[in-house]
Amino acid sequence: MSIRLENVNYIYSEDTVYEISALKNVNLKIGDNEFIGVIGHTGSGKSTLIQHMNGLIKATSGTIYYNDKDIYDSKYSLKELRCKVGLVFQYPEHQLFEVDVLTDVCFGPKNLGLSEEDAKASAIKALEQVGISEDIYEKSPFELSGGQKRRVAIAGVLAMEPDVLILDEPTAGLDPKGRDSILDQIYELYSRRSMTVILVSHSMEDIAKYVNRLIVMNKGEVKYDGTPREIFSHYKELEEIGLSAPQITYAMAALKKNGFEIDENITTVEEAKQEILKCLM
Amino acid sequence: MKDITIGQYYPTNSMIHQLDPRVKLLGALIFIISLFMTDNFIVYGVITIFIGIIIKMSKIPFRTLMKGLKGILILLIISAGFNLFIVPGNELIRVWIFKITDEGIKRAIFLGIRLIYLVIGTSLMTLTTTPNDLADGLEKAFRPLNKIKIPVHDITMMMSIALRFIPILMEETDKIMKAQKARGADFETGGIIKKAKSLIPLLVPLFVSAIRRAVDLAMAMESRCYQGGEGRTKMKPLKYTFKDKVTYLTYAGFLFFIYFLNRVIVSIDVLSILSI
Repeated sequence: MSIRLENVNYIYSEDTVYEISALKNVNLKIGDNEFIGVIGHTGSGKSTLIQHMNGLIKATSGTIYYNDKDIYDSKYSLKELRCKVGLVFQYPEHQLFEVDVLTDVCFGPKNLGLSEEDAKASAIKALEQVGISEDIYEKSPFELSGGQKRRVAIAGVLAMEPDVLILDEPTAGLDPKGRDSILDQIYELYSRRSMTVILVSHSMEDIAKYVNRLIVMNKGEVKYDGTPREIFSHYKELEEIGLSAPQITYAMAALKKNGFEIDENITTVEEAKQEILKCLM
Repeated sequence: MKDITIGQYYPTNSMIHQLDPRVKLLGALIFIISLFMTDNFIVYGVITIFIGIIIKMSKIPFRTLMKGLKGILILLIISAGFNLFIVPGNELIRVWIFKITDEGIKRAIFLGIRLIYLVIGTSLMTLTTTPNDLADGLEKAFRPLNKIKIPVHDITMMMSIALRFIPILMEETDKIMKAQKARGADFETGGIIKKAKSLIPLLVPLFVSAIRRAVDLAMAMESRCYQGGEGRTKMKPLKYTFKDKVTYLTYAGFLFFIYFLNRVIVSIDVLSILSI
């Protein structure tokens, strides 16, 4: 599985008073089994970028290849692409509409042409993956709690068994327990199902905890593309573009400044704990 | 969807933009009245010069103005076409059983011009006035109707809120469409029935969203002590400036001018016919 973006540009409202260049000369290569984080200030082009990856938005110029096939080719089926590259928008519970949870999750597979039974089987599998129990299947999606609705919405995309799962701030509006729960479940999909997961987030801590590759967007361009550890060590540059490093990185930097012999290149609380314990021994 | 220019505001700072919305509302009305006051090409020429000056003063690009005409193109062709063949008069061309008369051509042209100018006139008004100013203007203008128990404030408040929510709901529609498309939904292919069915995953969430916003908005308004229009003051009350008063005088002048010009030209026509 590979997604390649070459010289992709996107301009909103071209030729009007409100014209905005949202993506500038983006070049990216995404491969199998990666867990990628995308961060950037509001308006940096994160949402626009991910909507290009499943063909929802067509680039103003540039090419995009999925498994080495040009997705803008007239014979290419964008509908199929969208099932292979699953995109979960922010507040996905707003897309729920069916009579009951199971039918809603079947929407995706049925659009793919699966039979009633196959669609149901995929739906049930997806609902298990997000931790929704059987007693909820017959309920109306509008009766559920916020967190449950969110999981059902994510299941709706998972039911299509995509190779890539893109999530735009999946933890927005959830309480801390809900957030950890969803992220842990997403991590399981990455490790157990070998999916490539792309996570757009504003939380540096979440990013540092889960991803192995970090893309930083700034004003429509890809500013940095590397490991979280590398990128977060340059927190001054991140601050200049409206971002920051995880809180723990700052804490470690302060400790180092005050004379503690520790590696300040730490991005998660777990690593920090180990480092501090080592130092104290 | 982003190309809907009906009621769209074009932000510039021109003299026309700065006029009181009531002046512009009346201006559009006066303009439309003038279109029906005459059947004479010369008078229409004068009207064209008048509207041309206003367009120039408004600093609105010609292209934007013309975009609004796209919507009525079909209506235009049908109505003008109808008149072309139906009106009795001196026959000029005959195609099968359809005949085109000189009166028919004249009527079709005038109908066409009237329709086009109507759209241009009202477009100018909406392009140079924000929807909220328009609503304020209507509210102030129709306030006397409160005396006969018409809830002017409530109606204009509903209008303002509806206008305010058009872009929000359009954005929401876009979001929902994209979310469903990401699940393989197809809004384009299929016959009428299939297309109608495919709208359910769009309309249900949209409806739920609209109701949710309405409830939230009502609560927000109540928390800020909104109790209806009774005793409510305005932050930006509409007040006439010197420019507005001058514009009103210009309207009067324009109408009289058009009226007399039309009379003079008609009497010249009558005279020339009599002398033959």
